Amino acid sequence: MKQSITLEKVSKFMGFGFLTTLKDLFTGKLEKEDFVKFLRKVVVPLASILLFIGLWQLGSRALYEREANYKIQTALVDQGPEAAEAMRTCIASGDISCQPNTLPSPGQVWDSYQSLIRDHNIIRADKAAFIEKTAALNEKRIAAGKDPITYTGRPSFIDQIVMSLKTVFAGFLLALIIAIPIGIFIGLSPTLKSAFNWFIQIFKPVSPVVWYLLVFMIVKTILIDSTEDSSFIISFISVGFCSMWATLVNTAMGVASVDKDYINVAKVLKLGPMQKVFKVILPSSLPLIFTGLKITLSVAWMVLIAIELLAQSPGLGLFVWEEFQNGANDSNSKIIVAMFVIGIIGFLLDRIMLTIQNWVSFNKSDAI
Amino acid sequence: MAYLELKNIYKSYGQGENETEVLSNINLTIEEGEFVAIVGFTGSGKTTLVNLINGLIQPTSGEVLFKGEPVVGTSHERGVIFQNYSLLPWLTVAQNIYMAVKEAFPKKSKKELNEIVKDYVEMVGLSHAINKRPNELSGGMRQRVAVARALAMKPEMIIMDEPLGALDALTRGNLQDEILNIWGKDKRTALLITNDVDEGIYMADRIIPLKPGPKATLGPEFKIDIERPRDKTELNDNESFKETRNSIIEYLMEIGNDRKSEAQEVFELPELEPKSFVGRFK
Repeated sequence: MKQSITLEKVSKFMGFGFLTTLKDLFTGKLEKEDFVKFLRKVVVPLASILLFIGLWQLGSRALYEREANYKIQTALVDQGPEAAEAMRTCIASGDISCQPNTLPSPGQVWDSYQSLIRDHNIIRADKAAFIEKTAALNEKRIAAGKDPITYTGRPSFIDQIVMSLKTVFAGFLLALIIAIPIGIFIGLSPTLKSAFNWFIQIFKPVSPVVWYLLVFMIVKTILIDSTEDSSFIISFISVGFCSMWATLVNTAMGVASVDKDYINVAKVLKLGPMQKVFKVILPSSLPLIFTGLKITLSVAWMVLIAIELLAQSPGLGLFVWEEFQNGANDSNSKIIVAMFVIGIIGFLLDRIMLTIQNWVSFNKSDAI
Repeated sequence: MAYLELKNIYKSYGQGENETEVLSNINLTIEEGEFVAIVGFTGSGKTTLVNLINGLIQPTSGEVLFKGEPVVGTSHERGVIFQNYSLLPWLTVAQNIYMAVKEAFPKKSKKELNEIVKDYVEMVGLSHAINKRPNELSGGMRQRVAVARALAMKPEMIIMDEPLGALDALTRGNLQDEILNIWGKDKRTALLITNDVDEGIYMADRIIPLKPGPKATLGPEFKIDIERPRDKTELNDNESFKETRNSIIEYLMEIGNDRKSEAQEVFELPELEPKSFVGRFK
């Protein structure tokens, strides 16, 4: 059974069905009866996005006014009418020194986004130049048995995103490696289940912050001799521990609730214990395991921000925290940019997991 | 020595007050090469009986002897065709059968095993669907796969638990013939559990009704003396067929009536009037 993989199928599979409709619109394939569908799938979402941006604009405008009035009022009370007038002209002129600090407007956020990208390009060029400059020296240093000189400038926004993604994948892998085998054992053996159950019930609801502190205590001592920065290790281990519970519980449940018919088949065919696990129990619990993994990945991405912030790991969490502490004129809009980036990446991760889940599950309607 | 022998089987689930007695006082002997059918109402403990014979469960008391040895677990010598097909939905037709064949003949090479799979898929007429998954097949096709899987392991005895129960009449008839064909080829011993008397008479040498549970037990056996190969269309005019059919149905109806009459006791209900709540919740 061979199926040609078209863009259409892939996009439908990933839940981007509206893209097909959009394509049909431009290629002129859209029939009249499809018009309602087109309205619902393309026009309505676009309209709601515009509405959202409009409301945001109005809201930020109102907050801006309130903040500006308060500033002028304070100047009036503290320093008299002249200072108030000066403040009014200063705000109206758009001078950076006296801008009200509040919820940024969509335009400001867009500007900040572009400035972050510009900043990234500058840093990248800087880095490339540095590497070129030190290439010859580094060769000598390596020949002499010394460590090469590496670029130690500040990371750009994109570098921080990449760092966050690395952390979340490392944490996700850790969760997968720990949770799936333990889940299988717990699901197979009621004895192990009662041995582990208290452990799961107690540690499952523990907050990311506490997990971070716990991991910090342990890793700090283990790496006591090392001069390396351990923030990455600490943050990915914490992310893994925070997020693995959904996979653990789902795997155990999936393994424990395999259809009795399949177990009977395994018995009648006289499959060995390993064969029974790998050929019958695991495949039949795959849909539930993947549901667990999907939850794990989204939890991992959610707790990542808080954990990076605590661990001072140079990712998006730290970016948000530093911008907040920074209090520069465009800090607020940079925080909003980070918020959107976090949201969009979270959405994409979820879609990727859903795609994999659909792909591995034998019964397509099972996928949630 | 009997090929398969059930001695005073008693089976119950649960303990103490919750004990449900499913089977009681079951005695059955099957000779080698025989085709025996057990007919009974749904819910009379037929599946429990099958699982006792194939070794999935153990009797509470009594003995199941297969070739003189007590049955303690499942065995490749006894192939099972389950009521609900029990195919693994993540494997294709070929993979489902391959898995069984590989377990039955661990010493054969991959090529030989694939040959066997191909032969049996062809035998049940599913060559065109060999790479499909069970959820892409109709009920009849799935059951064929289950038949192929059981037979590909070359068991000495085939145990069928209402294998055709969920199929439509036409598919059912076809598969009956196919199973008989295969059975006739190398005269394996076969045990068929069914709720269809006609099916039992058409296929088996002997029919034994199962009196419905709780405490289900086997009734008197009926021998079918119709020459093989039997013809379904001619069967309806066969005197012996009519006779056997009528007596079996009569017997089963009688049991059914007995059951009903047990429940015909009249219970008097107390005179009750609904309570009036009017004006209570003010």
